[in-house]
Amino acid sequence: MAEYLPPTTEQEFHANFAQIKPRMNNTEALYESSRCLFCFDAPCIKACPTGIDIPQFIRQINTGNVTGAALTIYEANYFGNACGKVCPTEVLCEGACVYNLQDVKPIEIGRLQSFATRQVIESDRKLFGPGLTNGRKVAVIGAGPAGISCACELRALGYEVDVFEARSQPSGLTVYGVAPYKITNEEVLAEMAYLQAQFGYRVQYNSPITTREDLQALEEAYDAIFLGIGLGKTNALLLPGEERENCVGAVEFIEQLRQHHHRVAVGRKVIVLGGGNTAMDAASESSRLGAENVILAYRRGKEEMGAYDFEYDLAKSVGVKGLFNVAPVEIVGNGKVEGVKFIRTATVDGQVQIVPGSEFVEPCDMVIKATGQAKQTHFLSYIPGLQVDSKGRVVADAYTGQTTNPKYFASGDARNGGAEVVNAAAEAKVAARGIHTYLTSTN
Amino acid sequence: MPDLSINFAGIKSPNPFWLASAPPTNSGYQVMKAFDAGWGGAVWKTLGVPVVNVSSRYGSVNYRDKRMIGFNNIELISDRPLADNLREIEEVKKYFPNHAVIASLMVQSRAEWHQIVRDVTNAGSDGIELNFGCPHGMCERGMGSAVGQEPEVLRTIVEWVMEVAQIPVIVKLTPNISDITEPARAARLGGADAISLINTIQSIVGVDLDKFAPYPIVDGKGTNGGYCGPAVKPIALNMIKNCAQDPEVRLPISGIGGIENWRDAVEHILLGASSVQVCTAAMHFGFGIIREMTAGLEQYMTEKGFHTIYDMVGKALPNVLHWEELNLKYKVTANIHEDKCIGCQLCYTACEDGAHQAIALREGTRVPEIIEENCVGCNLCSLVCPVENCITMERTDSGTEHLTWKERTEAETIPTTFNDDRAGGLHHWVPEPTAALGKEKHKTLPGKARQLGNPAPATDVVNES
Ligand SMILES: Cc1cc2nc3c(=O)[nH]c(=O)nc-3n(C[C@H](O)[C@H](O)[C@H](O)COP(=O)(O)OP(=O)(O)OC[C@H]3O[C@@H](n4cnc5c(N)ncnc54)[C@H](O)[C@@H]3O)c2cc1C
Ligand SMILES: Cc1cc2nc3c(=O)[nH]c(=O)nc-3n(C[C@H](O)[C@H](O)[C@H](O)COP(=O)(O)O)c2cc1C
Ligand code: SF4
Ligand code: SF4
Ligand code: SF4
Repeated sequence: MAEYLPPTTEQEFHANFAQIKPRMNNTEALYESSRCLFCFDAPCIKACPTGIDIPQFIRQINTGNVTGAALTIYEANYFGNACGKVCPTEVLCEGACVYNLQDVKPIEIGRLQSFATRQVIESDRKLFGPGLTNGRKVAVIGAGPAGISCACELRALGYEVDVFEARSQPSGLTVYGVAPYKITNEEVLAEMAYLQAQFGYRVQYNSPITTREDLQALEEAYDAIFLGIGLGKTNALLLPGEERENCVGAVEFIEQLRQHHHRVAVGRKVIVLGGGNTAMDAASESSRLGAENVILAYRRGKEEMGAYDFEYDLAKSVGVKGLFNVAPVEIVGNGKVEGVKFIRTATVDGQVQIVPGSEFVEPCDMVIKATGQAKQTHFLSYIPGLQVDSKGRVVADAYTGQTTNPKYFASGDARNGGAEVVNAAAEAKVAARGIHTYLTSTN
Repeated sequence: MPDLSINFAGIKSPNPFWLASAPPTNSGYQVMKAFDAGWGGAVWKTLGVPVVNVSSRYGSVNYRDKRMIGFNNIELISDRPLADNLREIEEVKKYFPNHAVIASLMVQSRAEWHQIVRDVTNAGSDGIELNFGCPHGMCERGMGSAVGQEPEVLRTIVEWVMEVAQIPVIVKLTPNISDITEPARAARLGGADAISLINTIQSIVGVDLDKFAPYPIVDGKGTNGGYCGPAVKPIALNMIKNCAQDPEVRLPISGIGGIENWRDAVEHILLGASSVQVCTAAMHFGFGIIREMTAGLEQYMTEKGFHTIYDMVGKALPNVLHWEELNLKYKVTANIHEDKCIGCQLCYTACEDGAHQAIALREGTRVPEIIEENCVGCNLCSLVCPVENCITMERTDSGTEHLTWKERTEAETIPTTFNDDRAGGLHHWVPEPTAALGKEKHKTLPGKARQLGNPAPATDVVNES
């Protein structure tokens, strides 16, 4: 049943992971942009968390002002290119496009957005620059969508910005987590390089901030600190046998995949545990890596999965099979994974209940746990006065991003508990403004 | 099966579709190919004293994703030797005796006219078309539109031609004139058998933003050219109507201008044309478009019960009146069909900024609402609405009254000077100007981008080269 042969070279990998939103050529962009109605008070704008003036940039593309279009996009969203490709546009801008109401294909806003932004990235056109230096310094922890967006906005306001990143590359999950058929590493990193060249913030890679001492040093050297640390590793399931070889977390698996491509091994028969978007990604990716059988196991019914419909459709389209109303009770095997013992479940009054005596073992040689990411509560506890809520999310003011420690601001996954790149980009911009207000009013 | 054949001023043709004098009729090869494809006639690319053409020579108006919505050229008449053309005309007629071959001509002196009229008649042409239309190049030499713009000169030349003509003579008119009926009347007075219109409109289709030169560009320079293609149809239709309604013209009309499909052709015919000519569409899509044209025309005639082309010629003319004869008592009001509306709100902005502030937005829905008392029934909203039949204009008068401007003038019930008490305006409702400034408060445009604030523009943008 395998649709994909295991890729053995970089070319084969790229063929299996072909971009689902490929780059438009000029003619395609002209034709597609021609269709936009230029709606008044356009619903697509309202559906975009960063509020990009979509009809404006589409019209700019249509009139041959592609640079202007990129400017319109970047003014609202520093991850303009990435968002065009990785956003769930089906439920955001494109989902709101009025054409849907006429049963006509909505405007391909995401692809048009990437069309415009990639062109300026490649031509290295200068659209922005740092604001006049105001003598203040801000430290940003984490170079993900939240951290980088915050850094750009702060530089535009004239702050000196140092970003501290635990890993060796910028952009966080955009390069370590998002599925490779949505965006390539090169594309992500090109946008990062472009932004850094425009705004001139500094990034220190391989520099995790891990201790109270690290934080104290930042508190002394900087006027404010922004937390863009995202989430942590995959949650443990606390099942017997979880430690067996070939039972891996989805986040870790995908990170390997993004970094090592075809050199990542996948089982012949893979069971993915979970029903969220990450589970869909992990299942699709296993299939594209050449797994012969991929089973998505979810403890509730199909309709109750957290994943977007189009993500599930995408997984099904590459041969992934669903196994619903089952809960894993044990990862079985002898050293290596040999199967998952499930028990059937039924949803009664919204509660998942197990069906006694219905255990069975589904054989497999790999298990991917897509059961949510842990929060970095331990690290956060080093910040004096910082409150996290019962789900481990950093508590912060919705309009300023300020945490309960006034010197700290936060946004992105760390604050919203895990959403999309576009949310991190939007919230970080708000937080940067919050930092600006804080630092200009306390003086 | 309707009969598509025509007898246009004595020129017989199996259908009313002719290729206009232009590049598609430049050679016998092309004309035979076209007849084979189904065209009824061809007006040969204008013959005259040898010329030299430039390159490039065409410009295009592209609109959004549409190419060649308007087209222009700075080409002159045929640059092939006259003898070759004559020989090929003869050959075409041999293979296609029942198709119409019309020789288009343009020369200067009376002697030259006599000579060339005899030549093309000897070659077997079914008719002659006098090119008094070309708006570039030839007019500067005292030909083409230079003649078309001088009714007296035009008439004289037609008379010279009629002195020797043995086959029907069509005069092709230029639109580069304020009253098209003047040259049309002159053609009739000169004895012409028919007129054809329009030739191209003097134009500049665009300017190269980098080279600062008009299109088409010849070695960095350009000149005004002749405009044609779909964009000129409205102008052509109006001129055809003017000639068809003028009691002093009364000549068969060959309609030309923007014809690309059967609908365009029918429109020309309904306004008085009894043959139609096509150039740009054939240059754009090739001779094959004739299949759609004849099939569409046939279908239309069948559905409407027209047996011959002549059943429909001028059928719309009685309904084309002067403005002063229109019924002032007729009223329509816009009506939005909520179930069709997709909420683009284009109608709202159009009426708000471009008409009479007769459309309101409502809380909780994107479907706008018509404010009936403000609606003047101008139609703008229904024209901008992207959904078919979503905004309809509904009749709101009683249907019993009829009053025209002319009648009011005659009855002296309207002011004719500002000093008249009755000249106080029609009391249209207009919001206070200051109200316009409040709009942004309850609207979110241009989106959250503004709320969040924009980053500073580049402070040291350098001029990239
Ligand atoms: C598998 C997966 C697939 C996804 N697919 C999509 C998708 O298709 N589309 C979409 O829009 N979103 C997707 N997302 C969500 C999206 O990636 C996140 O919402 C987004 O990246 C959040 O940005 P962030 O900056 O808050 O956090 P992150 O992207 O997680 O960035 C946090 C950064 O901080 C660094 N860091 C953390 N702690 C420290 C520390 N103590 N010191 C220094 N550095 C530190 C990390 O190394 C990382 O670079 C996906 C997420 C996952 C897990
Ligand atoms: C509905 C309408 C009414 C117009 N009324 C007038 C008018 O009263 N006086 C005038 O000088 N021009 C009038 N114009 C012409 C415009 O001022 C303008 O010259 C013309 O529309 C060409 O410009 P545009 O196509 O770029 O808009 C009118 C145009 C339109 C479309
Ligand atoms: S909703 Fe669709 S048509 Fe309207 S402005 Fe947005 S992209 Fe264009
Ligand atoms: S233009 Fe038509 S579709 Fe758009 S809001 Fe108005 S009525 Fe609705
Ligand atoms: S018909 Fe004209 S005035 Fe009436 S609602 Fe439509 S645009 Fe406004």
